[in-house]
Amino acid sequence: MAEGFTAAVELRELSRRCGNVAANAGINLRVEPGTIHGVIGENGAGKSTAMKILYGVMQPDSGDIFIDGKKCVWTSPTDAIAMGVGMVHQHFMLAGPYSALDNILLGAEPRRWGMIDRKRARARLEALASQYGLPVDWDRPIEELPVGIQQRIEILKLLYREARILILDEPTAVLTPQETNDLFCNLKKLRSEGKTILLITHKLREVMAFTDRVTVFRAGKVTGEVQTAQTTPQELASLMVGRKVVLNINVSPASPRPEPAIEIAGLSLAGEGAGSRHSLSNVSLRVNRGEIVGIAGVEGNGQSELLQAMLHPRDARCRTSGTVQFLNEDVTAWEALKIRDLGVAVIPQDRQHEGLLLERPVSESFLLGLQRNPAFSRWGLLNSGNWQAAATRAMKEYDVRPGDLTMPAGRLSGGNQQKLIVAREFQRQPRVLIAAQPTRGVDVGAIEFIHERIVRARDEGAGVLLVSFELDEILALSDRILVMYEGRIVAEFNRGGVSERELGLKMAGS
Amino acid sequence: MMMQIFASTLRVSTPLIFAALGGMFSERAGVVNIALEGIMLIGAFGAAVGTLVTHSPWLGAGCGIGAGVMLAAIYGLFVIRLRANQIVAGMAINMLAMGLTPFLCKTLYDVTGSTPAVPISERFQSAPLYLSWGLVLVCWFWMKYTPAGLWVSFAGEHPEALDAAGVRVNRVRWAAVLLSGVLAGMGGASLSIFLSSSFSRNMTAGRGFIALAALIFGKWKPVPTAIACLLFGFTEAVQIRLQGVILWGTEPIPVQFIQILPYIVTVLVLAGFVGHSRAPKALGEPFRRG
Repeated sequence: MAEGFTAAVELRELSRRCGNVAANAGINLRVEPGTIHGVIGENGAGKSTAMKILYGVMQPDSGDIFIDGKKCVWTSPTDAIAMGVGMVHQHFMLAGPYSALDNILLGAEPRRWGMIDRKRARARLEALASQYGLPVDWDRPIEELPVGIQQRIEILKLLYREARILILDEPTAVLTPQETNDLFCNLKKLRSEGKTILLITHKLREVMAFTDRVTVFRAGKVTGEVQTAQTTPQELASLMVGRKVVLNINVSPASPRPEPAIEIAGLSLAGEGAGSRHSLSNVSLRVNRGEIVGIAGVEGNGQSELLQAMLHPRDARCRTSGTVQFLNEDVTAWEALKIRDLGVAVIPQDRQHEGLLLERPVSESFLLGLQRNPAFSRWGLLNSGNWQAAATRAMKEYDVRPGDLTMPAGRLSGGNQQKLIVAREFQRQPRVLIAAQPTRGVDVGAIEFIHERIVRARDEGAGVLLVSFELDEILALSDRILVMYEGRIVAEFNRGGVSERELGLKMAGS
Repeated sequence: MMMQIFASTLRVSTPLIFAALGGMFSERAGVVNIALEGIMLIGAFGAAVGTLVTHSPWLGAGCGIGAGVMLAAIYGLFVIRLRANQIVAGMAINMLAMGLTPFLCKTLYDVTGSTPAVPISERFQSAPLYLSWGLVLVCWFWMKYTPAGLWVSFAGEHPEALDAAGVRVNRVRWAAVLLSGVLAGMGGASLSIFLSSSFSRNMTAGRGFIALAALIFGKWKPVPTAIACLLFGFTEAVQIRLQGVILWGTEPIPVQFIQILPYIVTVLVLAGFVGHSRAPKALGEPFRRG
């Protein structure tokens, strides 16, 4: 690599064990000042550990950190921030009920007579905000601000502390495409003002579009460091996974059968309070068996409400009018359990809240929803032998690692959590599959796997409804695409019948 | 009659206000404090003994505060340092105080029921009442305008954010719990050497819990909490006033029924009005970095 500069950040032979695992085994990383440097790798590859060490929340077992060529040893984030290194966490470090201003100045309060000098802080922040083009309403409580603005506040927090090196951990995981764009515009602006940015992500697309250099992690080691302009997504993906990865799986054309899997007619959900906009208005759609219908849209345009209304149609909080049919049965008055017993598999939008028992062993998450299956229970007692055997088999078939059934589900990586859910849901031999954000926060290898499974389910005759905020995913998998905007379906396209640009415009409501 | 009830309301609210302010610091910093009851009780005992020994209510109150802080420190050791369950540990502290005070009473004065009476000239006349309201304002100002107040708020709302901002969360929590010992101890002192003339067995009679209810009712904010304390104080004043009064017929209402009044109001307030009160997010969760 080029040696003609003093690295803004340099990690030299950094090692750290976490329990029995070498989370980092001799990491070397050099970041050129004034660049956006991508750090990619699968979940559990050690990039988070390295970053935790870099901003002081963890200490290395061996190895050194150099900032601007000076060796640094620190024991807390305070030391790191004093040297100009700051981190924007994936889960924001912001307290909802308090104002943006208080959240930013926390721990670095300017004082006057022992009191917080909010006036001075505000003046400084306003100067920073206009310098970097990051306007914020300082007095509103954080919880009333959109996620994109909250992230902006996190960045301002670092600028306020005069950080020169900004680490961003999966910054786009929670953003809409529009907010993502804004973020990257802002990051480019920061770069042009001389800041150095480390971008941790596993979205290859972002790495390709916005970084100057990339370092790839795999299994606690650095497997490559390349100039972004001289690499391809395919090369990066195989560096990450350690084998060749099919980025866009070839989906054979569907052969839909005439039987309907899902039929929804006139589904509506009134908004809360009189006069407010409907969360769902008059949504009708049909998914045949043997096809994948994708719902594209920016997050928050009624997708979650649609899913809830389909699975809990009798609950007045989920549906105010309209009918839901699965497999020619009108289920509008049914309970979720009965609906699922028809052969409806669901990959929920939020796997940690809706899909898994995080604190309980993997085997129990595997049983969720299957507990009444005669194979696993009789006379109200669980048949432990059958259940454990089926779980073991499924863990193997769906490659959930590690295959330890007694481990708490929350300790699995995101990709493996998702594979566990897929394994469970596919136990039902689904005739209908509802997949919401099936690959959110999941690494490349697991994405490939889950996509394959979804397509296979289709080919075996399931009707699949796919809800995703990732355009790539929608375009790759869907046989038909519906666009949701403000609680209604505003457009429909066939596979190959729409460009990404056109779809984006429809999603934005034009 | 109204004036009497009003004056009495202010007086009987005083221990509640001290205790509730104490609870506020602890809970805003993220530490549930049902130990308030026990801390008040030991504070009441300490203050009575201290005054009997030193013949000064101020020194006596100091003893009560000291006793409260010690008990709070034991509580802090369990819930902050050892990360024990806060409800269980708090209950244990309450039982400890409930058993320890009669035992010490027996050891010192050879009776378990109560300490000897403190002469009226050595008791507080009205100082705790003024002090409590002064403190309400100080606490309000302190929470709103000082860095330490902001730290306390974040320790209870988002401790990871406070830690990332370079402030030691558990230090803030320790300070808050010890401060709640000071204030609840003072609350106990104002029971034994301000409202009555001696310490008697289990004299707090649930006031620590009522203070907690006031704290919830007051949305963990100093001024609304103090006003909620007044509401509970009012029911107590009415209750005292109604004892032995013949409302109808020829017999007074049995005193036991009248004494239920403050507790019924507590239950009603908590059940009916508090649905929308939002607790600090990290309340009850021990903090550990990483």
